[in-house]
Amino acid sequence: MSESNSNLVRKVIILSNKVYVDVLAEFSKDGLLIPKEITWEDGRKYEITRVKDKRRAASTKAGGVGERYTCVVDGKEIFLFYEDNNMWFMERAGA
Amino acid sequence: MEDRVILHSDINCCYASIEHLHHPELAGKPLAVGGDPEARHGIVLTADYTAKKHGVKTGMALWQAKQVCPDITFVSPRMDLYLRFSRMAHEIYAEYTDRQEPYGIDECWLDVTGSSSLKGDGLLIAEEISARMKKELGITVSIGVSFNKIFAKLGSDYKKPDAITTMYKSEFKHKAWSLPLADLLYVGKSTNRKLALFGIKTIGDLARADEELLNSHLGKMGSILWSFANGYDDSPVRLENTHAPIKSVGNSTTTPKDLVCDEDVKIVLYILAESVAARLRENGFRCRVVEISVRDNELFSFTRQKKIDHATNITGEIAAYAYQIFKGNYNWSKPIRSVGVRGADLVTDNYWEQIDLFSSVEKREKQMKMDSAVDEIRRRFGFYSIQRGLMYRDRAL
Repeated sequence: MSESNSNLVRKVIILSNKVYVDVLAEFSKDGLLIPKEITWEDGRKYEITRVKDKRRAASTKAGGVGERYTCVVDGKEIFLFYEDNNMWFMERAGA
Repeated sequence: MEDRVILHSDINCCYASIEHLHHPELAGKPLAVGGDPEARHGIVLTADYTAKKHGVKTGMALWQAKQVCPDITFVSPRMDLYLRFSRMAHEIYAEYTDRQEPYGIDECWLDVTGSSSLKGDGLLIAEEISARMKKELGITVSIGVSFNKIFAKLGSDYKKPDAITTMYKSEFKHKAWSLPLADLLYVGKSTNRKLALFGIKTIGDLARADEELLNSHLGKMGSILWSFANGYDDSPVRLENTHAPIKSVGNSTTTPKDLVCDEDVKIVLYILAESVAARLRENGFRCRVVEISVRDNELFSFTRQKKIDHATNITGEIAAYAYQIFKGNYNWSKPIRSVGVRGADLVTDNYWEQIDLFSSVEKREKQMKMDSAVDEIRRRFGFYSIQRGLMYRDRAL
């Protein structure tokens, strides 16, 4: 394998700190977008019990910017980002 | 009158920082944003600080950058992404003032005089903006805080990256005056050279120089630069959304191979004129000045323009003028790397003018109809559905 190829492979593996996820969301009648359920890349589904905060923020771990939702899942706080390409992403734990 | 509070905010290595944010795996490694090396449009647009330390400079060919910095990673530019970030930055600025004047995609002046009672003094606002840019956009800025635009800009250039520099009235003499003249906005290579002949090498030298003497050698620019150096600049920061109306429509290209003869240039000028004329027609303008720019393979470039007899948006006319200007101004001492065509001094479509006895109005009307027919065909069937015969002389161009 040439050097550039091996670089490419390495890159792809590391890049996946940014995990795009399927999200079920609700539009409230006053125009708010509220995520309700996340499907992780292995297919497991997680219910979002509460959204504690929403603000624009950068994710230096995953690499990107978006509206960052602080969600409560199984009693734990997680960050869920809504990018302006209309896709949702999360940071891989331990990244 | 109380001093104004002007900030100048500059996103550090804008394109490179945004790419770094999106490529966390490259953290700490040298990175440059540049064109596509395959198509030979390969120059460095922005290098990050690590790459700059190795000697990579904006405008370098990608292969040169690789020579001085073998570990460098190139990424292709994503203009839409940078524009998005620029817009998000302006949204942040807009929370502090409605007086913001962008200077390119990554720089902006803000007049926060009116916000200081609510948000705190200039320095405090600058600190807040800087922190928010880091947190919300993941990029750093350098901000200059001053009482006018010139010194605010000087302040943002004073220390990089991620820094805030004040240039208040009480400070500019010891902070700004010792800086080299070239740091002052609007002092280019040639002004710098001229003034060096008089022993004027720093901004302080300029401030202490005789205004009359400067005027006699630089024209009215002499007075302007002198007052800049002395802190007399009182130009306002424009209101948000007071964008200057379109002043000109232009297009330029770096060709896939160097141009070596008139024929090559003619083909490229016609391609460019097609797009310029079509955009003029689309926006309902006609131009009264045609301008060309030429850059040779040693990156020396010049522009020439010509006032034309009748305001026009006819492809054939613009191309013919462009070619005429080119023929009159280039002697083929070197091959050409890129050319551009621009229509300026615009008037609207319903502009009336005196016609003369010797040009055929009928013929021009026919040409206009032909152009609009071509526009319509292209709109329906795509750009390449109809082409000039000239384009088939050399498909590579």
